[in-house]
Amino acid sequence: MSFFEYGTQQLINALSIGSLYALMAIGLAMVFSILRLINFAHGDLMMVASYTALFLLIGGSPFLGAAIAAVVIAAIAGLAMERVAYRPIRGAPDVAMLLTSFAVTIILENAAVLTVGARSRAFPAPPFLSTVFTLGNLTVSSVNVVAIITTAILLVLLTLFVRRTDTGISMRAAAEDLVAAQLMGININRVIAYAFAIGSGLAGVAGLLCAAKVGKVDPFMGFSPVLKAFIAAVIGGFGTIPGAVVGGYVLGFLEIFLQATLPGQSSAYRDAFVFGILILVLLIRPNGILGVQEREEI
Amino acid sequence: MDDSLSRSASITQPAPWQRYAGVATPLLLLLLVTFYLQWAGSAYIQRVWIILGLDIILVTSLNLFNGFTGVFSLGHVGFMAIGAYVSAILTLPLEKKATNLPDLPAWLAHTQLGFLPAILIGGLAATLVALVIGRPVLRLSGHYVAVATLAFLVIVRVILINATPYTRGSRTFSGTPAYTTVWWVYAWAVVTVYVAWRVLRSPYGRAMLAQREDRAAARSIGVRVLRSRMWAFGISAFLTGVAGALWGHYILSFSPNAFYFAETFSIITMLVVGGMGSISGSVIGTILVVLLSEVLRNLEGGFSLGVVQIPSLYGMSQILMAILFIIILIFRREGLMGGHEIDLTRLYVPDFWQSLFRRKEV
Repeated sequence: MSFFEYGTQQLINALSIGSLYALMAIGLAMVFSILRLINFAHGDLMMVASYTALFLLIGGSPFLGAAIAAVVIAAIAGLAMERVAYRPIRGAPDVAMLLTSFAVTIILENAAVLTVGARSRAFPAPPFLSTVFTLGNLTVSSVNVVAIITTAILLVLLTLFVRRTDTGISMRAAAEDLVAAQLMGININRVIAYAFAIGSGLAGVAGLLCAAKVGKVDPFMGFSPVLKAFIAAVIGGFGTIPGAVVGGYVLGFLEIFLQATLPGQSSAYRDAFVFGILILVLLIRPNGILGVQEREEI
Repeated sequence: MDDSLSRSASITQPAPWQRYAGVATPLLLLLLVTFYLQWAGSAYIQRVWIILGLDIILVTSLNLFNGFTGVFSLGHVGFMAIGAYVSAILTLPLEKKATNLPDLPAWLAHTQLGFLPAILIGGLAATLVALVIGRPVLRLSGHYVAVATLAFLVIVRVILINATPYTRGSRTFSGTPAYTTVWWVYAWAVVTVYVAWRVLRSPYGRAMLAQREDRAAARSIGVRVLRSRMWAFGISAFLTGVAGALWGHYILSFSPNAFYFAETFSIITMLVVGGMGSISGSVIGTILVVLLSEVLRNLEGGFSLGVVQIPSLYGMSQILMAILFIIILIFRREGLMGGHEIDLTRLYVPDFWQSLFRRKEV
């Protein structure tokens, strides 16, 4: 395999994993920018979406229908989460909100264990998501390509939404200054609901892609991705959508780079390095690469 | 909380005997209950009692940092893991080391320490790590610390899983000698509560509270914010490491999974239920949550309500605890004690009893 081919191979890997992180990080960043809530339960929406799709597929539904239903259910779950747990605690200290989201995670994961069982199940991905094709010396799995393309399309749509529609503009206003936005007559509850619905829908898409990629689903599948997405959001400067996207791709490239370059044994420590980088970013550049937030330090 | 201080100051100071009696009462009660359970309790009750003691150490030492400094650490279970593994490796009998951990470096493979030195080294190892990571991390504020310490927890887990020669990786670490008794646990629990109480009343403790209430004001009167946080972090990590060591020598077989999100959440629930910043709150919150979760766990297996048979619902107890936790965060964020302390000296002040029975005068 030539150097060029090797590079292309790793590029595809990095882009596809980066796409997943970006999709997840957007939801975290949208909610954070408005509410200053770090929503750890965001990862469980991946689980909600993939189980929904799993059961519909088992029931014989076509993949597209199952996927759309899964994303809608994830969005509804996100809305419900906001209404039941986060709205009553809105405006509380940051840590109280963070802890609430932990509790929501515990509830969702245990509820999943209760209803569908703790063991993992195979995810019946359709052929276009589960084939591996070869181009010369390259081996590319189709799910990676689909992940990259889907994310690109969703990013364009999201950008259009945030820039061109009234709701999108209200959302940006609320992120800038919640109180001022409210005084300007923006319906905050509606904006927050939109943020949750869109973020959760994107998490649902990420969940489907992740399930197809890994080939199985389990109740705890969202835990590790949400931590990673969270790092992505921090790297990009928590609270901006472009930052979350950039952070997602940076993290994807970083992970693949570490995996490729760390010598033998130590590549198992990849995650330790990645989280070490999170701490470093918090210290050196707490506002991230594109961040615009106030610097909070003692 | 200053309110309570000034109120108690306006009343006549309790005499020394009243103060000693106030301290002796809970100790005596603890001693009696422990003796009674050793004598009459079932194995299950004794087990719950030990777990309760361990959780009291964990929650009180977490409170020493999170409650006193107002900065939220989510990584304390990492210190617990350090204490547990260090102490377990140091006390593992030599022949077990040869079979279970064949790749240990020579100096460790031929060392076997007693329980107390192992506990202390476990605690000190946790402190050392705390001081190294605390220096950069504790400069941050708000939830940035929470996030950075969570990252620390993940890093500890990755290292535990991969440092196979020392920890057996993700496989179960077994063969730990069963040294932990109820007396060891409660001796350390008393030490922990005492240390927390001393810290709270020391200049360092006052500095912690001052920077918690208002960073700028505290700084302006000469409080060194980072230093006071470092003290709290170091002491708290030591006690958490000790609790981890005691836990390891009680549970005997454990793997890195024990020191992760579930444990973190359970300790934080106890802390928040009791009320951050209050030492008696930590103890009370721990007692309530441990007892409640034991009750719920027993119900999980299914039970019958007259003619209605409730099926077994494993995981339900965790869901109910999490719901309770959210309700407390929404309706009583300051926890049961709300930063106040229970002062048992009052039991020995005649005025207190009279005030209980006196009619309120209009």
